[in-house]
Amino acid sequence: MGITGLFLISFLMVHVSVNSLLFLHDNGDSFNTAAHFMSHNILIRIMEIVLFAGLIAHTVQGLILTKQNNSKRPTKYAVSAGNATSKWYSRSMGILGSLLLMFLVIHLSHFWVETKINLYAKNDAPTNSYEEVKETFSQLWVVIVYVLGVISLGWHLLHGFSSAFQTLGLNHKKYTPIIKMLGVAFSVIVPLIFAAMPIYFFLTK
Amino acid sequence: MEHYNMNLTLKVWRQKNATAQGNFENYQVKNISSEMSFLEMIDVLNEQLVAENGEPIAFDHDCREGICGMCSMHINGRAHGPWDATTTCQLHMRAFKDGDTITVEPWRAAAFPVIRDLVVDRSAFDRIQQAGGFVSVNTGNAQDANCLPVPKDDADLSFAAASCIGCGACVAACKNSSAMLFVSAKVSQFALLPQGQPERTSRVLNMVAQMDKEGFGSCTNTGACEAECPKEISLTNIARLNREYVKASFLAE
Repeated sequence: MGITGLFLISFLMVHVSVNSLLFLHDNGDSFNTAAHFMSHNILIRIMEIVLFAGLIAHTVQGLILTKQNNSKRPTKYAVSAGNATSKWYSRSMGILGSLLLMFLVIHLSHFWVETKINLYAKNDAPTNSYEEVKETFSQLWVVIVYVLGVISLGWHLLHGFSSAFQTLGLNHKKYTPIIKMLGVAFSVIVPLIFAAMPIYFFLTK
Repeated sequence: MEHYNMNLTLKVWRQKNATAQGNFENYQVKNISSEMSFLEMIDVLNEQLVAENGEPIAFDHDCREGICGMCSMHINGRAHGPWDATTTCQLHMRAFKDGDTITVEPWRAAAFPVIRDLVVDRSAFDRIQQAGGFVSVNTGNAQDANCLPVPKDDADLSFAAASCIGCGACVAACKNSSAMLFVSAKVSQFALLPQGQPERTSRVLNMVAQMDKEGFGSCTNTGACEAECPKEISLTNIARLNREYVKASFLAE
């Protein structure tokens, strides 16, 4: 989970950087150029396949792990410790991950599918990703789903970021506090930027 | 601290044997001193049960000073009760107030089956220990005490890991019933010392293999084990175990 998790985090960094171009006041020129590059560059196309493999590996391993771990206590406690000994989101990675997966299905159907249709079925017809974003985010339900999606992402990352380092055995007196701080910052800032996109386009439509 | 007496309602898990269906029974205890330990309170209840011709509650206990690791009780949802860094025998009744209802359960884990009432079978830990938790010692004359230089920091870390008493609170507290904190302490105490080097690779591989075989869950780093450990074994040991395991897996032939 650690290796695939960190890989997916590295993707998030690219994703949030590219999408931040949406906020430039240039009618989407920069964003569309970046989007065109991302959908046509051979290295990125290869990484896209690796990304899907990583996502599937992370999901499948997560599901197996959750199922196995849930079977290790056949008789549950009548009274549980609740939040006294651990954080709720650290115990809810399976649920948060499932929510994220559902969000990803919606998210991919909004943006990824159409890009691919234009690329393969319509003989590389140009995609105006910026207009597509604008249009999609003009619907209130989409904005709500996206905000809920990135909230799940934030909680998932809040545990996942530092947990990945612990799983890989990367623990050090000097560096672990820095990793934990970075983890909290990443889990707050990245979802905030992502959430700002649908909200911004909805409010300025 | 001011002394006071209290009347309590106890909800205790009763189970005749390993295969029987268990259930909670309610008991009333009166005039419990705030200076009693939790186990002494159970003793009072058992005297009462015997006087009423009932079956006393079976529970594990031995040293009653926090070093044997026997007193496995899940009290109000917490391993060894509400206090940090204590075993059940070190939990005093001043942690509770008059009129409280206290729920007492055995450790719950597939790898720790209930034998009777609050007693569980923790021999899975013994088998993990036998799989690699030892060092080779040469026979013959005793060596000079300081012939092996050990850095002070390593000695301290090793000693902190070695303070694990194998009580099983980590397993009881973990949502996955994972034994990683226990195994990591046992691996760490030797991995940090020169005396532990000959079996370093085989130890971690064998102990982890035995841990999986016993039916403990995986670690998802929730940290509940560290929060409940009566000896305050640190999560850094789990990171060390992971490191040792990855390294050993690469190097093993």
